[in-house]
Amino acid sequence: MTIHEPLTEQPASTTGPGAEAGGGLNIRGLHKILGGRTIIDNLDLAVNEGELVSLLGPSGCGKTTTLRMIAGFLEPDSGSIEVEGQEVSHLGAENRPSAMVFQNYALWPHMTVARNIGFPLKLRKMSKVEIKDRVEAVLELVSLLHHKDSKPARISGGEQQRVALARALVQEPKLLLLDEPLSNLDAKLRVKVREDIRKIQQELGITTVIVTHDQEEAMSMSDRIAVMNAGRIEQYSTPAALYARPETEFVATFIGSMNRVEGSLNNGLITAGPDILGIRPEDVILHDVPFDGAIPATVERVVPRGHFQEVYLHRPDARLRSFVTGEFMEPGQQTFAEIRKAMTFRDGRLVAEAGAAR
Amino acid sequence: MVTTTSRTRPAAGAGRPLSPGSIVQSALVALFVVFMVVFILGPLLWLGVRAFAGTWTFPNLLPDDWTLRWWQVVISDHALGVAVQNSLFFAPLTVLVSAIICLPAAYAFARFDFPGRRFFLISLFATNAFPKMGLFVTLAALFYALNLMNSVLGILVVHVLGTVVFMTWIPAAAFSAVPRNLEEAARDAGASKLRVFASVTLPMALPGIIVAAVMSFLASFDEAQGTYLVGAPDFMTMPTQMYSLVLNYPTQVAAVFSILLAIPSVALMLAAHKHILGGQLAEGFQIK
Ligand SMILES: Nc1ncnc2c1ncn2[C@@H]1O[C@H](COP(=O)(O)OP(=O)(O)OP(=O)(O)O)[C@@H](O)[C@H]1O
Ligand SMILES: [Mg+2]
Repeated sequence: MTIHEPLTEQPASTTGPGAEAGGGLNIRGLHKILGGRTIIDNLDLAVNEGELVSLLGPSGCGKTTTLRMIAGFLEPDSGSIEVEGQEVSHLGAENRPSAMVFQNYALWPHMTVARNIGFPLKLRKMSKVEIKDRVEAVLELVSLLHHKDSKPARISGGEQQRVALARALVQEPKLLLLDEPLSNLDAKLRVKVREDIRKIQQELGITTVIVTHDQEEAMSMSDRIAVMNAGRIEQYSTPAALYARPETEFVATFIGSMNRVEGSLNNGLITAGPDILGIRPEDVILHDVPFDGAIPATVERVVPRGHFQEVYLHRPDARLRSFVTGEFMEPGQQTFAEIRKAMTFRDGRLVAEAGAAR
Repeated sequence: MVTTTSRTRPAAGAGRPLSPGSIVQSALVALFVVFMVVFILGPLLWLGVRAFAGTWTFPNLLPDDWTLRWWQVVISDHALGVAVQNSLFFAPLTVLVSAIICLPAAYAFARFDFPGRRFFLISLFATNAFPKMGLFVTLAALFYALNLMNSVLGILVVHVLGTVVFMTWIPAAAFSAVPRNLEEAARDAGASKLRVFASVTLPMALPGIIVAAVMSFLASFDEAQGTYLVGAPDFMTMPTQMYSLVLNYPTQVAAVFSILLAIPSVALMLAAHKHILGGQLAEGFQIK
């Protein structure tokens, strides 16, 4: 496998002061105004070499805009973008050491699969034999060798997706960019392809940035996730930390599921107050019999979710949702609900994390 | 629908009277066929037979005798040979010049938003909206002043003018139908802007451009009024020669000549049809 070797010799990198913060990709002070609105607001992002980072956020928060600036399709108003220590923001897309996988794959319909993948190599003036070897190697990597001579229109969506990935990988980019690479696939295929992408990415050790608005996708693939909101990064941490210790109310709401209640928690009881409580449904524990810290509650609605049930509860102090595994609950059923853990937010920021007295 | 159901009925029902709906439908189909035969196929057949007819007395369905004499007349006539040559010279040249002038404009219309863009596009149509003869008469005055009468350049200008609408509108639509992210993907792969155009934009717009080229070729090949005004009698093309033929020769010669005039058009249409319907346009490849 020749994939590891860089295609072109880059000039010796003049490593800037902040470069070691993100050896793979280092973005500082990125700013973009579009149509009179600030779309990207002073964004910083550092990605280590070989790391896979997801840009996760609601629709319209600026994920695609950020990715297009990294790829070179859009010029930032200000800010710097460094790839492996080399400033690239003055370069056009064709001269950047990054390769992009487009949301709708953007395969050229008039070229066969092999010619689609070979095109970037042809531009690098490689010999026909070498192009053929490399194309076949990368097609093997994505298990599509049998579709070498097919036109893109003749292969399935999942296969098109892998061709697009192969076309990016064959360039042996220093930085792989993917814009919602899985959004056109059905649920089953999405799980399979994201595992494939992750496996290949780790095998080749390519620094990768993936844009997605699917938190499950981000959680399952990424080394780190940058949660974006309104052109800024709200939090940048590992998937586990993001879920366990969301720094802002936005992140807590966006990642996973959360009961949002105004007030504060005293001895397991919610009392009126100016703060916001964030309670994960799995931290609402139900007991059949009275229990220390549990408060009587009525089941209002039960939504089966496959391997668990989402139970809507009415407690005297609040309405809560709980995730319950095991026996089936019935609407109208009496139970005892205990809040085992709650996060407290003031002005949108996490101020305290309290477990109930246990 | 009605015919399908009546056709799938068992043979036993064939004797039953047809429903009023299917009678009307059959009548319409019959009418259409008759119309096609009488007004399109009929004259063509007549033309075909005529070109090989010796004498043909009125009530007879077929000529009294057959001959290749008229073909000989046409092929050996020097003036007619020159007309064929002229037509085959002007039509491809017109397509070429028109493409060189119009395709960049079409690309600009498709990809850039500049002031007056809509005005230009609409005014292109306007050149075809007026009666051609009026335009040519004004043009003639200008041509006299510029000394373009009876010149190759003059005829070329007239022909190119007649193709501008095709060569701009159709390729403009074809260019703007090329998804931008296909071009971006090529840039991302390392292609310069020119290379992106040559490797992605142009091949993808090619079916539209071919249609425009065929239509321009045919427009030039059939152009008679302006060519006559500017070129006659020094430069006669096949259609302008037709005029004098109809007046000066037996009808059989005109028939032979019409067939000759139709050959390139038919051949071109068949070739283009195959290329366009066999190409990626027909593959139904959906790109958002
Ligand atoms: N050329 C433009 N002119 C004006 N506004 C723009 C332009 N491009 C994008 N925007 C705006 O910038 C915001 C961010 O767009 P962007 O495409 O980056 O969102 P996104 O995070 O990728 O969302 P999604 O998940 O829906 O793809 C949107 O509100 C969009 O309307
Ligand atoms: Mg987007």
